[in-house]
Amino acid sequence: MLNLVWLGLILSGVVVAALRGQVDAVTDVAIRSASAAVETAVALAGVMILWLGLSRIAERAGLIEALGRVMRPLVGPLFPGVPPDHPAMGAMMMNLGANLLGLGSAATPFGLRAMKELQALNPEKSRASDAMITFLVLNTGGFSLVPAMMIGLRAQAGSRHPAEIVGATLVVSLAATLAGLSADAAFRSRERRKSPRRP
Amino acid sequence: MNPLDLLARWTVPFLLAFIPLYGYLRGVDVYGAFIDGGREGLSLAIRILPYIVSIFVAIGLFRASGALELATHYLRPLLGPLGIPPEILPLMIIRPLSGNGALALTTELLHRWGPDSYVGRLASVITGSTDTTFYILSLYFGSVGVTRSRHALAAGLIADGVGFLAAALVVRWLFGS
Repeated sequence: MLNLVWLGLILSGVVVAALRGQVDAVTDVAIRSASAAVETAVALAGVMILWLGLSRIAERAGLIEALGRVMRPLVGPLFPGVPPDHPAMGAMMMNLGANLLGLGSAATPFGLRAMKELQALNPEKSRASDAMITFLVLNTGGFSLVPAMMIGLRAQAGSRHPAEIVGATLVVSLAATLAGLSADAAFRSRERRKSPRRP
Repeated sequence: MNPLDLLARWTVPFLLAFIPLYGYLRGVDVYGAFIDGGREGLSLAIRILPYIVSIFVAIGLFRASGALELATHYLRPLLGPLGIPPEILPLMIIRPLSGNGALALTTELLHRWGPDSYVGRLASVITGSTDTTFYILSLYFGSVGVTRSRHALAAGLIADGVGFLAAALVVRWLFGS
């Protein structure tokens, strides 16, 4: 899919330039864009080092665990099939806590651990369980308190108010997450109506 | 001052002071942890370098050739009523597919249009508030050998679509277009 998007952009660019008789510009633009990309990436490195450095402190200080504990009463009811004291619940909360802090790379290991625990509860191993789907919808909803990487990118691009998007980001990810959860519930109840005996 | 604005201005300074202080009080080697995580940040930056080059070159060609103008011309009646500028379209396609690709594309949009423009803010909010649906599903399901993902992809993509529309609404409402 990404393959096709990228190929489409390149090919349509070259073809349109050729049709317009501007084929010389192609080489020039390609080379200039590539150098601009490297300059941008170098500037980006500073932001990433700063934020992932802070993230690591947060992780070692137990902030993710604390956030997970706070969230459990809120998020737990979404997973009726998972016993509250099961290790799957803990791992899911740690993953969601890391996501909330915007620690994408710290969130992944917790997420993978959570999937392993959820699989242990899953009666049909090749088929996704309800809890797995709900968990992944929460994950892909992109809910995050601090879009730190975005703030850094904006600052680096010369924004006057790099952090002004925080409120908007919060509202939008909340809307997206709620939409995902509603869709999940709707799909599930439709499935139940079709084959009521499935666990 | 409205609360969203207050939150926006205080988030980073607060975290910058709070996280290291809290870590120090909890006995964490804060400097060592920072360096350690920072090293990961550096390797992440190096890892995404090819993505940034690929996106910059593809978008650069697409734009300079006039192909973007053509696409814009045909898509305006479709996206216009939703308040989504056509420049955002590639981001809406790439966001669910590749986190690094979306980061690169957003960087490109910020530099091209300015971070404080409508396109810049919309790109920032879209990238900050949605996640890489396809990648997460394939990684997480793949890790435990689940092959029948049922409605997970559909629910994830519905969340993304609602997020894109909500982003256009909220950004226009907060900042104007």
